[in-house]
Amino acid sequence: MRRTKEKVIEKLLAASGLMTILTTAGILVILIYESSRFFIDVSIWEFLTGTEWTPLFSKKEFGIWPLLSATFLTSLIALLVALPVGLSIAIYLNEYANRNFRKTVKPMLEVLASVPTVVYGFFALTIVTPFLQQFIPGLAGFNSLSPGIVMGIMIIPMISSLSEDALFAVPRTLRDASYGMGATRFQTVFRVLIPSASSGIIVSVILAVSRAIGETMIVAIAAGQQPNFTFNPLVPVETITTYIVQVSLGDVPRDSLEYRTIFAAGMVLFLLTFVMNNISLWLKRKYHRQYE
Amino acid sequence: MNRTKKNRLNDSLFKYFGILNTLLGLIMLAVFIFIILQTGLSRLSWDFITSLPSRFPEKAGIYTALIGTFWMLALTIIFSVTLGVSAGIYLEEYARKGFFSRMLEINISNLVGVPSVIYGILGLALFNRYLGLGGSLLAGSFTLSLLIIPVIIVTTRESLKAVPRTIKEAAYALGATRWQAISRQLLPAASGSIVTGIILALARAIGEAAPLIVVGALVYVPFIPNSPLDDYTLLPIQIFNWTSRPQPEFQVNASAGIIVLLFLTFVLNGISIYLRNKWQKKVKW
Repeated sequence: MRRTKEKVIEKLLAASGLMTILTTAGILVILIYESSRFFIDVSIWEFLTGTEWTPLFSKKEFGIWPLLSATFLTSLIALLVALPVGLSIAIYLNEYANRNFRKTVKPMLEVLASVPTVVYGFFALTIVTPFLQQFIPGLAGFNSLSPGIVMGIMIIPMISSLSEDALFAVPRTLRDASYGMGATRFQTVFRVLIPSASSGIIVSVILAVSRAIGETMIVAIAAGQQPNFTFNPLVPVETITTYIVQVSLGDVPRDSLEYRTIFAAGMVLFLLTFVMNNISLWLKRKYHRQYE
Repeated sequence: MNRTKKNRLNDSLFKYFGILNTLLGLIMLAVFIFIILQTGLSRLSWDFITSLPSRFPEKAGIYTALIGTFWMLALTIIFSVTLGVSAGIYLEEYARKGFFSRMLEINISNLVGVPSVIYGILGLALFNRYLGLGGSLLAGSFTLSLLIIPVIIVTTRESLKAVPRTIKEAAYALGATRWQAISRQLLPAASGSIVTGIILALARAIGEAAPLIVVGALVYVPFIPNSPLDDYTLLPIQIFNWTSRPQPEFQVNASAGIIVLLFLTFVLNGISIYLRNKWQKKVKW
């Protein structure tokens, strides 16, 4: 009796574990099935090389590049903000700050990541854009600059905490050897610690960019809904994620070609983040082994 | 200036640069929140919280959105905690180290990194259409649960890992079965930090808008949901809707809505920090 109960419980728990596999399988099956139906009507070549994206207009073009360029541009701006700031925070907390300061500041930084993204979107649209418009006359009301900056603020804690772990993992002996040679903290950080922790720092960067690429509400609110193939940060653009939200909000007929575009766009988004996440997982395993 | 001096200068300059950067993000956030409070606080009133949405900004309130958010949170807790904690227990305590468990681990690390809007697409195809749940609370909460289950699994495993092996071995020595050892010793011992992790995951879930818009949450719902099969809207979606309107009065409404949303998020985060500290003080292995 007791043994059957044990077996049943184990099976139930295993079933929950299996659920996670089914989730991944579900995502893959749906994206592949629905986008393959999309690619019956639109050639993959046109999709991957076209620079016009107008599925919701009467003259339809299905080139993904305008959405891709916007996605890359906003993520790049976010990274340009978050990498220097996040990395200096990691260095400061690890090498300069005293323990109490670190203990108070770390949870406070996590607050930056816990603010809902629609709130960040509101900040970008109603505070940052008007503020920047005072200095940059050509800045449109919707643009990729201010959501990019705000997204950068959001991913600061991601870069700082992961880089801090990487810096922390550098063996004491390397640090001591550097100080023993008479190097300052600054020299030790930039010539010894950062090079040794580089793979960990790269992991933090890849994960942060992957997060930025998948971020939706900030760009949907503040970057606009105009698919522009441009790398000009001052004009309205539309990212992949914004497009998916735009179609979901509109009344596009079900089972139409327009409707299936979100699955094709979703497929591209999924592949981008999937590749980045796996590169970072692989690097992480590699550098963990390095110091063991 | 000789080289030593220059090096020392660099060193101390970088120190200030570091402090500046550490405070930069926090100061920006403080400024943002200050501006939000300034615009939104005057709009915030009991009327605002208990009014239905409206075309007229001065009459509109967040009642339906708030009730929708609570419904969503309750349903999501039920599904995600049951499945997430069970899967976590299985992976940590039952699964043999081998190909299958390795696969599960890689899979979960990957799921954590999938953008939330992709979960929305999954929910749209699977729950909204194939299961025919439409834009109901049930479809939305299933989707949101899938989104946070990987996080809950990871927390559960780490919490169980932190319980010393001796406790489990003592239970076995007294003749406990595996499930008895887990349910009566390990889980109670790990519960504090599991709950902390769950609340953190919920704090994240409460602010999600994108996946639920894709699954079919509505932007305008003039009634409150009465069952899990009803249509709904959520606080973040209501804020998004007001933000995207041109009239400045709606921006004020959005600010007031944001104050409520931030309040809920920070309360949840606060509870989890409180629990964590309390737990760390109480238990010393």
